[in-house]
Amino acid sequence: MGIRFILMVNKQGQTRLAQYYEWLTLEERRALEGEIVRKCLARNDQQCSFVEHRNYKIVYRRYASLFFLVGVDNDENELAILEFIHLLVETMDRHFGNVCELDIMFHLEKAHFMLEEMVMNGCIVETSKSNILSPIQLMDKTS
Amino acid sequence: MASPSLMDTLFQRSLDDIIKGLRHQQSTESTFISKVIEEIRREIKTTDLQTKSTALQKLTYLNSIHSIDMSWASFHAIECISSPTFAHKKIGYLAISQSFNESTPVILLITNQLRKDLNSGNEFEVSLALDCLSRIGTVDLCRDLTSEVFTLMSTSKVFVRKKAVSVVLRLFEKYPDAVRVCFKRLVESLESSDSQILSAVVGVFCELASKEPRSYLPLAPEFYRILVDSRNNWVLIKVLKIFANLAPLEPRLAKRVVEPICDHMRKTGAKSMVFECIRTVVASFTEYESAVKLAAVKIHEFLLEDDPNLKYLGLHALSIMAPKHLWAVLENKDVVIQSLSDEDPNIKLESLRLVMAMVSEGNVVEICRVLVNYALKSDPEFCNEILGSILSTCCQNVYEIIIDFDWYVSLLGEMSTIPHCQKGEEIENQLIDIGMRVKDVRPELVRVGRHLLIDPALLGNPFLHRILSAAAWVCGEYVEFSRNPVELMEALLQPRTGLLPSSIRTVYMQSAFKVLIFCVCSYLVQKEDMTSEVSDLASKRECSESSDLASAKAPVECDQDEGFNPRNSNQSYEDPSVVNGGHGQLSTSALMEEKSFTHESVFKLLNLMELAMCPLLGSYDVEIQERARNALGFIELVKRDILNPSLLKEANLETEEVSASRIVEWVHDAFSEELGPVSITAQERVLIPDELVLKGNLADLEAICGNVELPSSCSFSLRSPYYGESAGISFSNLQDEEDPEPSTEATSLLTEHRKLHELYYLPSEKNETITIANDYPPANYPSSGINTNDDTQDLVTLTNQSLVSKRKPNHAKPRPVVVKLDEGDAAPVTAKKPEVKDDLLSGAIRDILLGNEAKPASSQSNPSDKSSIKKKGKEKLNVDLSDSNEDLAVREQNNPENPSSRRSKHRGHGKEKSKKSQGKKDGDGREDGGEKEKQKSRNRNGKHKTRQRADAPLNVVAQTPPIPDFLI
Repeated sequence: MGIRFILMVNKQGQTRLAQYYEWLTLEERRALEGEIVRKCLARNDQQCSFVEHRNYKIVYRRYASLFFLVGVDNDENELAILEFIHLLVETMDRHFGNVCELDIMFHLEKAHFMLEEMVMNGCIVETSKSNILSPIQLMDKTS
Repeated sequence: MASPSLMDTLFQRSLDDIIKGLRHQQSTESTFISKVIEEIRREIKTTDLQTKSTALQKLTYLNSIHSIDMSWASFHAIECISSPTFAHKKIGYLAISQSFNESTPVILLITNQLRKDLNSGNEFEVSLALDCLSRIGTVDLCRDLTSEVFTLMSTSKVFVRKKAVSVVLRLFEKYPDAVRVCFKRLVESLESSDSQILSAVVGVFCELASKEPRSYLPLAPEFYRILVDSRNNWVLIKVLKIFANLAPLEPRLAKRVVEPICDHMRKTGAKSMVFECIRTVVASFTEYESAVKLAAVKIHEFLLEDDPNLKYLGLHALSIMAPKHLWAVLENKDVVIQSLSDEDPNIKLESLRLVMAMVSEGNVVEICRVLVNYALKSDPEFCNEILGSILSTCCQNVYEIIIDFDWYVSLLGEMSTIPHCQKGEEIENQLIDIGMRVKDVRPELVRVGRHLLIDPALLGNPFLHRILSAAAWVCGEYVEFSRNPVELMEALLQPRTGLLPSSIRTVYMQSAFKVLIFCVCSYLVQKEDMTSEVSDLASKRECSESSDLASAKAPVECDQDEGFNPRNSNQSYEDPSVVNGGHGQLSTSALMEEKSFTHESVFKLLNLMELAMCPLLGSYDVEIQERARNALGFIELVKRDILNPSLLKEANLETEEVSASRIVEWVHDAFSEELGPVSITAQERVLIPDELVLKGNLADLEAICGNVELPSSCSFSLRSPYYGESAGISFSNLQDEEDPEPSTEATSLLTEHRKLHELYYLPSEKNETITIANDYPPANYPSSGINTNDDTQDLVTLTNQSLVSKRKPNHAKPRPVVVKLDEGDAAPVTAKKPEVKDDLLSGAIRDILLGNEAKPASSQSNPSDKSSIKKKGKEKLNVDLSDSNEDLAVREQNNPENPSSRRSKHRGHGKEKSKKSQGKKDGDGREDGGEKEKQKSRNRNGKHKTRQRADAPLNVVAQTPPIPDFLI
């Protein structure tokens, strides 16, 4: 499965984006998000970006007020996931220009779209920013 | 109501309006949301797709961010995706991917729409449909859409093709037969020059290989090429993962691949890549000295970095290495130990794991001492991590590394009193387990137990209750080692035991009862000694002669009561050796002196017990009530018969007294029976006698049951007037067991019954105790992480001393015997339950791969290439019917939803493989190849199951996929 879920959470612990690659019920999602937020947001900058949770790992990174949290299987490469998060942020940055929490809130659909380009079935399939963005730009133009 | 102005100005609120509204309505978020949901419910019913899709969009947003249920809207989502407008489609597909699952009732309705979109000329529509399929694909969807995906895998549009390739993973997972259709094209994609396709296909293989690596060995050359040629780190990391799974299966492959991996490790600048190389080497290439050394060097570099991420990963890699290459951990021990005081709990945890990996017989005492000190000072969570890892490390393989059990038991006691300790259950188990296994440590165990029991403060901590329960049990069971049973009794009956949960309270009560029995029994024995000294009857103390004894006893008791008591108490028990000889319970004469019981002290004990038990008669817990009643009944018996000889005399009930003291002896004997560890598989190992038909029809039992009442109940009724009258206590059970000669009448009845209905009896020889049974599965706990000492310095020196020199130190004390059950049969057979699906999948893949090699062009072997899949389904059903009997056994454990005959066939393969492959490993690849080729071509012709089954053995040979020569 590789990646199990991708979450974006702000400093207050409010979820801003949640993408799951395995089916969880709403209650399970809520519980999971709560646990993870409690675990990860309490950590400081001097601590490492990996947290073991249940039977998988969470790789997270903070950009300004937003935390990007990715749940991955245990044999996934943590550093590669960090790079993936960075790539995601750069991609959004390129699209929105200096991306911030509000951009994601108001363009949630686009954020999902980018993720769909990058990840399929929990596998990272696309890592080129222009490849990720070209369909979105095309759609923007036509609509 | 949020902002009525918005409602007024807009006909329908857009998603942006909702988001803005939410942002300004923090306090009454829930009322705002329920208002919005109400609107959505209204809007979504309209026929106007624009309004409908906007409503759905809002709902999707609320679902995703605020966890609002949207399952009720699933039909509306389907309406949206059938809209001709792309924007509506997009909203609909997002809603579906997010909210549909296997059990969504309307999911079958989207099959046609998905098919339509997959065939669409608009590549974005195709892409939406593919994305959706990859998220929600069910067995049915995957089966019905396989051919569309197959077509898309060869489209010229890279944008679509890469997605089609990725979706294949979902198809395979849900519908293994898709392999027959798509696998060849998937393999071809490996040769694609387009990096996007390559990245997608490698991702798919990485996932597939992680589940069932063996099937993909034949593709090793392709992966090797990518490993050498590719410049894309994302792809390389995936390929490395594939090799990490393949290499252990095929040594020749490992030999070939290890060099390029080391090359990458040396040259690459990307840390993620370096780390992947390290992980691959330490996990799968542990035999290659130079590679491991290189990895160790890189790990060392990681550890020296300031970045906590690298440090953590370095430690993590070390812990993977530890079992096989402890030297690498020792080389880095300074860093490891410093990391124990890192501020990141994760890093502390990792280094704790490493410290525990370094534990050996020689240093376990020192390391544990330091760790326990550290546990005292750290936060509760970490404290328990430390305790947990000490416990699990020490009990590995039946306490393999423990030499000095006295030390370990007192360590357990010490750990219990650490304020944050929450490892009650584990400590409880170990205390009891050690008590049963290690005879020599019992005195110490009782000492530790007493120490715990006697402290009333501990009763207030619920986490300790389980430990106290173990302590109580130990003290009751091994009370003969106690220096002061009276004190124990007081501890067991102290008023604060009311704080215990009833299950543990009953343990206390039972232990108190055991202590009481012990005391009374000792008292009786002492008295007998006296008696025998006086009346020279020492030799006549056997049970059978106890009537003699009793008659002799009575007068003496009298004397004692009246005159001897206080003065003579010391003098009168001077001859403990006789006691020892008689009962083997009282170990040393020194102990004996403190244990001597006077008439008064026993009387006091009885009163104490009576006082404590009386209120419990009214307990709501039946267990407590019953035990209290037992104890009181016993006390009454003892008091009347033994301690009141004057009364006795008057009543002239000699026989009564005999029975009372005999009962005491019996109970005591019952309690002194040693309990040993029992294998958890013991019961399974009792052979079921041939004649025993467990599943037979028991209807004819009724006839038997008619005359049944007799045997057992009859023997009871014979006895009860005799014994039962002694206060109606529940000793009758005990007596049943001990009674040397059950009433002859009952026996004869029993034998008769047995003769008649031999069928329902176990053979009589079967009575042997299981206690001596063999394999006790060694307690194996994955050593959970913990961390270490406060005095880093301390540990450093310690490791210098003891970690490096791995010699066994000479212990002054020899290691006591630890009772182990035969190691014979390994731990309970961890029932091998290969995942059926994976098995199916790998079977299918193996077929395809081997087929490919035998006849690269044999497309007719893929029945599905172009023919409609539905037709195939029917065909299968037919075959199924004809074979259903033979397959029954296999199918039983199968997923009920996959009744296709072809699948069961694959399963057959899978199993055979797992059985044989170990033995075969990498047989001679080439010969196999030859055979397999023949084999395959035969299969091609008539690929019917019966055939396949007949060929099974041959097939097995072919299972080891040969590595093509050019790789080796």
